[in-house]
Amino acid sequence: METQSIDQLKKICSQVRRDCLRMVHAVQSGHPGAALGLTEYFVALYFKEMEHNNSFDIDGKGEDLFFLSNGHVSALWYSVLARTGYFSTDELGTFRKINSRLQGHPATEEGLPGVRIASGSLGQGLSVAIGAAQAKKLNQDDRVVYVMMGDGEQQEGQIWEAAMYAAHYKIDNLIAAVDYNGQQIDGPTEKVMDLLNLRAKYEAFGWEVIDIKKGNEIESVLEGLTKAKSLIGKGKPVLILLYTEMGYGVDFMVGTHKWHGVAPNDEQLENALGQLEETLGDY
Amino acid sequence: MEKTLDLKYTYTEKKDTRSGFGDGLLEAGRKNPNVVGLCADLIGSLKMGAFQKEFPERFFQVGIAEANMIGLAAGMTIGGKIPFTGTFANFSTGRVYDQIRQSVAYSEKNVKICASHAGLTLGEDGATHQILEDVGMMKMLPNMTVIVPCDYNQTKAATLALVDHHGPAYLRFGRPSWPIFTAADQKFEIGKAIKMIEGTDVTIFATGHLVWEAIVAEAMLREEGISAEVINIHTIKPLDEAAILESVTKTGCAVSAEEHQVNGGLGDSIAQLLTRNHPAPLEYVGVNDAFGESGTPTQLLEKYGLNADNIVKAAKKSIGRK
Repeated sequence: METQSIDQLKKICSQVRRDCLRMVHAVQSGHPGAALGLTEYFVALYFKEMEHNNSFDIDGKGEDLFFLSNGHVSALWYSVLARTGYFSTDELGTFRKINSRLQGHPATEEGLPGVRIASGSLGQGLSVAIGAAQAKKLNQDDRVVYVMMGDGEQQEGQIWEAAMYAAHYKIDNLIAAVDYNGQQIDGPTEKVMDLLNLRAKYEAFGWEVIDIKKGNEIESVLEGLTKAKSLIGKGKPVLILLYTEMGYGVDFMVGTHKWHGVAPNDEQLENALGQLEETLGDY
Repeated sequence: MEKTLDLKYTYTEKKDTRSGFGDGLLEAGRKNPNVVGLCADLIGSLKMGAFQKEFPERFFQVGIAEANMIGLAAGMTIGGKIPFTGTFANFSTGRVYDQIRQSVAYSEKNVKICASHAGLTLGEDGATHQILEDVGMMKMLPNMTVIVPCDYNQTKAATLALVDHHGPAYLRFGRPSWPIFTAADQKFEIGKAIKMIEGTDVTIFATGHLVWEAIVAEAMLREEGISAEVINIHTIKPLDEAAILESVTKTGCAVSAEEHQVNGGLGDSIAQLLTRNHPAPLEYVGVNDAFGESGTPTQLLEKYGLNADNIVKAAKKSIGRK
């Protein structure tokens, strides 16, 4: 993939946000909040940082792999996959509809290119990504495995089983990220179940932890990913604490858990799209 | 009792089925470099030590973290590995049902979930470990193959067969020393029932350890002039429907025998099949909506109604309902 300039990446982000909102609006269901918050990270990975083939092969030998553990961010992933050429952007219009490959939460059953395992029930993706990273080591494949998790998801016990394993087996070809937006369905994470010092927890589990403090600034995300990549092969798994704002890019959605799983109505969609430039053409 | 009976199958050696798994896994590892083993702190109990010793780079001790083990195994298939996970049947299923459902079954991952110490014959550890619901849970999952072999040789053959079978599978075996009565060089065909003994009055469909009890029951019934057909259903899903229907069409009635809850087990699968295609009397030998307890395997099979005597009673009852 040709290298994208910062300006181009920002334009892609705007279009991807439009896609997410239009997809969720069309079926009046889905999860816009975290999708908007994670747009810069996904765009940075798929349009710049990851080495990946659009001719999809589920084993992904010789290429970087991405796993989405917090599967409810599916609209964002589908938009980015379509916009990078895994499948036609026209298919985005089938999101969450009957007979679609674009299931509410990602699935492999219908063979959607880009998706290697189902996710949605939280806490499982880190284990899966570590397994795939372990397989890469067995195959002497030096590419990297990325995995995205939610911060609320850190409350799942399996995450910590996986975290322990990754350090024990020196899974240093893995870059995990936590969407550190401080929100979950029932409210702020600190009220629902306080994560306290997540950095200290991962460090105590033997991980290298880096911050991306401005997860909604593409320059900051790219800088953080460069730093994360520099830690590959050093004997430790790498975690990015990705500080984002849920609902970023739309003034009435930003910074609240209220848009976690709620679709905008017609008027709200129009308002939101007015704040996001159509740069690559709507699907 | 067994010695005085004219048994159609005999044995010279007893061995645990879990050793069949361990030996099969070692051979599988030699045959296929993609075979990897994962174990949750039960290497000795699962007999995975030989594989670990010969293939240390392909063996992963995951600690007491079964949910992670299932996720890791699912991830390892991405890249072409064939993971065999090992822990007790209880921790292989109930504890990790959601992980199996989403990351393995729904995602159609080539993971082999290998489960030891299933059922009452685990013995003295008691009900916390004696899972009797695992087959039901696993067979309900779309894409899942469910195999319950009957002795050491069959367990070894089943383990090897799973290497060449692409897709999620559950392999259930056990702890006790048990008669070895099937051939060491047997060909194991997933989904293909084995007619052990021909008969005309009643068909006994047995799986796992209870296949041996069915062999004993057949001899007891024969002494009373009753001709029982014994069919070994090692694969509970997919079920060999043709073999079951063919036999029941001939005998006109049946008994299911399994070391599992009656609810959701092999008998339920047979009942569904018969109801839809060939209604006939069916009696169930299995655990009747109860948890187990501590005791020796023989004591427990007797107390919970799972031994040859109970199969004989069930066969007579089934015949009486024709």
